[in-house]
Amino acid sequence: MSVWDEIVGQPEAVATLRAAAGGPADGGDTMTHAWLITGPPGSGRSNLAYAFATALLSTQVDGDADTIAQVAARSHPDLTALSTTAMTIKIEDVRETVRRSYYAPSISRYRVVIVEDADRMIERTSNTLLKALEEPPAETVWILCAPSEADLLPTIRSRVRSVRLRTPSVADIAELLHTRDGIDRDLAEQSARLAQSHIGMARRLATDADARARREDTLRAVLDIRDVSDAVVMAQRLVEIAGADAKAYTGERDEQERERVLRSLGVEPGGTIPPALRAPLRDLENDQKRRAKRGLIDGVDRILTDLLSLYRDLLMQQLGRVEGLINTELTREIREVAQSSTPETTLHTMEAIREARERIGANITPTLALEAMLVTAIR
Amino acid sequence: MAAARGATATKTASKAAIPQLAWNQIRPASVVLVSGTEGFLADRSIRMLRDLLRAEDPSLELSELTADTYVASELATVASPSLFGEPRFVRIDAVEKCSDIFLTEAIDYLANPPEGATVVLRHAGGVRGKRLLDAIRAAKGTAIEVVCTELKKDSEKIDFAAAEFATAGRRARPDAVRALVSAFSGDLAELVAACTQLMADTTGDITEQTVAQYYGGRAEVTAFAVADLAIAGRAGEALIALRQAINSGTDPVPMVAAFAMKMRTMAKVSSNRVPAAQMARAFGLAPWQIDRAKRDLRGWNDAGLGACIRLIADTDAIVKGAPGDPQFALERMVSAIASRGRTLVRR
Repeated sequence: MSVWDEIVGQPEAVATLRAAAGGPADGGDTMTHAWLITGPPGSGRSNLAYAFATALLSTQVDGDADTIAQVAARSHPDLTALSTTAMTIKIEDVRETVRRSYYAPSISRYRVVIVEDADRMIERTSNTLLKALEEPPAETVWILCAPSEADLLPTIRSRVRSVRLRTPSVADIAELLHTRDGIDRDLAEQSARLAQSHIGMARRLATDADARARREDTLRAVLDIRDVSDAVVMAQRLVEIAGADAKAYTGERDEQERERVLRSLGVEPGGTIPPALRAPLRDLENDQKRRAKRGLIDGVDRILTDLLSLYRDLLMQQLGRVEGLINTELTREIREVAQSSTPETTLHTMEAIREARERIGANITPTLALEAMLVTAIR
Repeated sequence: MAAARGATATKTASKAAIPQLAWNQIRPASVVLVSGTEGFLADRSIRMLRDLLRAEDPSLELSELTADTYVASELATVASPSLFGEPRFVRIDAVEKCSDIFLTEAIDYLANPPEGATVVLRHAGGVRGKRLLDAIRAAKGTAIEVVCTELKKDSEKIDFAAAEFATAGRRARPDAVRALVSAFSGDLAELVAACTQLMADTTGDITEQTVAQYYGGRAEVTAFAVADLAIAGRAGEALIALRQAINSGTDPVPMVAAFAMKMRTMAKVSSNRVPAAQMARAFGLAPWQIDRAKRDLRGWNDAGLGACIRLIADTDAIVKGAPGDPQFALERMVSAIASRGRTLVRR
């Protein structure tokens, strides 16, 4: 079994990185000290980064069993991973990671530092990376992941070697879901198609019937918006769905983390917290709030991506292309709406969706952005 | 400064054994508790007491402590009699955030206050230090309490400002006082500063004209007031109110949020699908909100509502940093909404 097996549809990238991991440590053209893996969301950037890290840390290029297990548990002593569940990575975390990057490896050939969300750094934070990226110690390898090179500062781009991923095909993902997760072929194909080749989303849709049903209901309800009142009520519902989704994921974790902090502070469960000990708890709560906000925004963005696929199908239908629909389950509804509206209005709505995604990214109230978008979806 | 008025009613601590006074009735006592949320009145009251004591004996020793950063025996150090027996005045702030050590020491102090010391405790409200407050309120003969509650109603503020002029021996017409209060409705300190300024700059009676001359065009307007005017279609007044709100420091972001909220309720209530009787439950709104939105909806149509909601989102983006001039964006939004979206739909 090889660490590269689970990377779907990226033969060139795998070949490049595998050659780098197999080559000599000092020199040669294949290996360098800083890599940037870019690719669309869901194409497996961070999975590829961890596969590459495993190969670098192992004794053989396809990974040995011990290292694979340690990297999977993120407990390998020579691996530092930096990621965030909030909107941005904190500068203190980056500083700490930079400090650790100067340590010599303890059991492997390399020390590997992975920055999963390199695009989630403000400029000041990015700048703290520059020195370490430019002249790391001989054994340190940096692996950054970002959706595109344009998301990073030019000063960072010039210090890294880029590996570009492409969007994996629906067939590739369906095959992966079938072989790895044992999902039957039809469902795997459907999920991969609806997720628009986003591997993580495809697996979620394939394994979670509720998520599938909710997605379909949402799209159907949006097609059924008739007046401004519907649009506003729908916007509220979408935000609630995204919020509930995020909460289901974080709620339990929030409580566990709180208990852990209380225990480490020596406070009895249910006891009052002395004022002097409130600061660490407050920090935790702030982090949790940031995470909840990110969860909500990601959820809304996913819904908007789904809507975009719906209107893409609608536009195809209106322009006379009938094959290659993403939402084949909604063919009937799409056909009806296609007849009662024009391609212009569809394009107008698609533009509004793009605008809403951009605005939500720029801190506009999600409800308001969705309302403004859904008003254009009135048919 | 002896203007009599009953503005500061004693709402708190009905079973207190010590006298509870209004802010301007403060008088010397071993321990003076100054409670209540109106910081400006409290400061003024404490200053009055200090000036009074200093007039009695210029060698008064002043010290100031804060209860949240209090370290052990600070109070005893500054309040104990000195070699020559000068009177001492100790002001202790932030008792509402007091440390535990302060709490114990203050209660001990209360049992046995030294001669010649006046300790003023400023407690700005809240439950912290309740044990101390109860102890003070029970300490008959030693302590007094000065209650500085916030002046919430405009009528209270008008009384206050009128007294301000009367104390200084100046006559102000009631309409002048009213105009002044509407111009400075937010902060009591600003109102007092405006009164003082007027009295210093003018002679004779203070009339509405005088106020208009100095503070004309200034009014503190809330975001919702602007939204109400705009939605009612009163474009001119809405734009004036918007300007006044911006000039008196209202932030554009909550302003847009107020518009968004009002329009959202109106949009929901505009529904033809949901019967009126079920709206309250379907939309999670109170019945009065629905009535209000229905009234606001007169003269609006669906296209106008939609166009305005889109424009509000555009404006929100601009006031939060998208390219564009925030003030112009706000004005454009207000005029478009005042036209009930017709200027947008025609395009």
